[in-house]
Amino acid sequence: MAAFVIRRILATIPVLGMVAVIVFLILRLTPGDPATLLAGDNATLAQIEEIRRHLGLDRSIVVQFVSWIGHLLRGDFGESFFFKMPVAALIADRIQPTLSLALMTLIFTIVIAVPMGVIAANRRGTWVDHAVMTFSVGGFSIPVFVLGYLLIYVFAIRLNWFPVQGFKSFDAGIRPFLSHLLLPSLTLSVVYIALVARIARASVIEVLNEDYIRTAYSKGLTNRVVLTQHALRNAAIPIVTVIGMGVALLIGGAVVIESVYNIPGLGRLTVDAVLSRDYPTIQAMVLLFSFIYVMINMLVDLSYAVLDPRIRY
Amino acid sequence: MTNSLNVAPAMVVETPTKRAPSALLRGLFQNPAATIGATLLVLIILVAVLAPYLGTLDPTAIDPASRNALPGSVSTLDNGVGGERSYTHWMGTDSLGRDIYSRVLYGGRVSLIVGLSVATLSLGFGLLIGLVAGYVRWVDAVVMRIMDGLMAIPSILLAIALVSLSSAGLGNVVVAITIPEIPRVVRLVRAIVLSARQEPYVEAAISVGTRTPMILFRHILPNTIAPLIVQGTYVFGSAILLEAILSFLGAGTPPEHPTWGNIIADGRALFRIYPHTLLFPGIFLALTVLGVNLLGDQLRDTLDPRLAKRI
Repeated sequence: MAAFVIRRILATIPVLGMVAVIVFLILRLTPGDPATLLAGDNATLAQIEEIRRHLGLDRSIVVQFVSWIGHLLRGDFGESFFFKMPVAALIADRIQPTLSLALMTLIFTIVIAVPMGVIAANRRGTWVDHAVMTFSVGGFSIPVFVLGYLLIYVFAIRLNWFPVQGFKSFDAGIRPFLSHLLLPSLTLSVVYIALVARIARASVIEVLNEDYIRTAYSKGLTNRVVLTQHALRNAAIPIVTVIGMGVALLIGGAVVIESVYNIPGLGRLTVDAVLSRDYPTIQAMVLLFSFIYVMINMLVDLSYAVLDPRIRY
Repeated sequence: MTNSLNVAPAMVVETPTKRAPSALLRGLFQNPAATIGATLLVLIILVAVLAPYLGTLDPTAIDPASRNALPGSVSTLDNGVGGERSYTHWMGTDSLGRDIYSRVLYGGRVSLIVGLSVATLSLGFGLLIGLVAGYVRWVDAVVMRIMDGLMAIPSILLAIALVSLSSAGLGNVVVAITIPEIPRVVRLVRAIVLSARQEPYVEAAISVGTRTPMILFRHILPNTIAPLIVQGTYVFGSAILLEAILSFLGAGTPPEHPTWGNIIADGRALFRIYPHTLLFPGIFLALTVLGVNLLGDQLRDTLDPRLAKRI
């Protein structure tokens, strides 16, 4: 088991290394010269040369890569072209809204999607099942920003139940914090729920055909106990896997949703960085989000051994 | 376990059911979801192709006199020969007075072109890379590491990072959306190649000295067609969605281009007062993706039952 955990952790290194190479090359492929861009319109050639030396752009590409990785490992993501401050500090400023949004979305998804999938599987072929599947197809199809504006229009503007846009930090009190966060998290969770509910349904249906389910029913257990303790437990691995893969949807969705709801988080920062061609920030954000994605999927793999004691590595 | 039980599975070797394309199609459209999906798509394609004949105006023409007009309002325009002609703005106008109905219809063209190009390019490159990677071991080791790295970057992020490198144009947007899609196709093709090369007919081909390209294209490639069609529909849908997201974020095609994402981006500032500027392109976008998804799900169930069981 310990060997497996270590092996799985080590396995993320080549993937992350490749991500770093790709992200580094993306910056190198920039058509413009970063030094010229950073120096501004009125810079002299000597100033540009000075900046180039300061950024290390006069050295060979391999040396640049190695030094860049060295800085990354020390938590130094470079300096933002646009904000003129360390990217690491920018990230620290913006992480709370995104983290809150992601956690709340994850909670909504698990609390809503898993029961939806189990109930649909239990009532296979009935109207409940059809409703869940229809929701699932619809949830996949409605673009997250269209849904966002729709919900703002109905619940914030027409019904006035929620503030229209913006974010209130947790320090401002739990009520304003939640009321600002509820609508964006619901919006973001719709596509995620669609994905997870569909997989939950399919994997519970598969488990319900097993002999031990028949045994459980025949020894007189209630439907509820069979579903939650026998079926769901054995269907857990595909469900947890898809929740992990869905984090990519969550990250992409956060980038869009933070723009729709005007939330000053990491997604918004990424979009602003792209619009202002702030390459160090773009680089850092792509790296950070990919790192989180890889780490979460590593945790998902590790959870298999906990979810299914038969799995021995 | 008795001997007969051990033997039994060998007797019921599943032969791949070869069905005529017409029978496949009939099977496909027995399901109402597929029919609805196909109908939606055909309608959107018709509307996009026939846009110039559907009473549209120039989708980029600015009319300061009728900005933010509500759906159904009428404005008069110079007809170019000294007279005036009145037009009804079925979906209203945007903040620059452009006719939203015209922009939405022409926007359908952009979406479909992007969807089609991304699907063709990513399937083409993915197929080629996947075939070679699945068959040539040393290529596999290198290529799959690169693909793993690409797949670890969430696709929206990779696409907007790529767009930020170049000037915004339709071609660059297509490339930026294609690159994150390629690894998924490569993985699919590679998995099929790996299992196909174990098949007796491939071993037979190798043993009679058939050359590798011939084996790849003649014997292995046909196995990938059905899964690729299914994958292609999903790529088509997600490319349309991604293009709209890029335009919406301001990182896609230039804002004057009539794309659904651009129309929505333009309507953002005033959407509390004029929600119609977001509503109509939003509906078209959602219905197009819905059509693709409905059709894709049924195609998967019909063409690729193994995959259908897994998902």
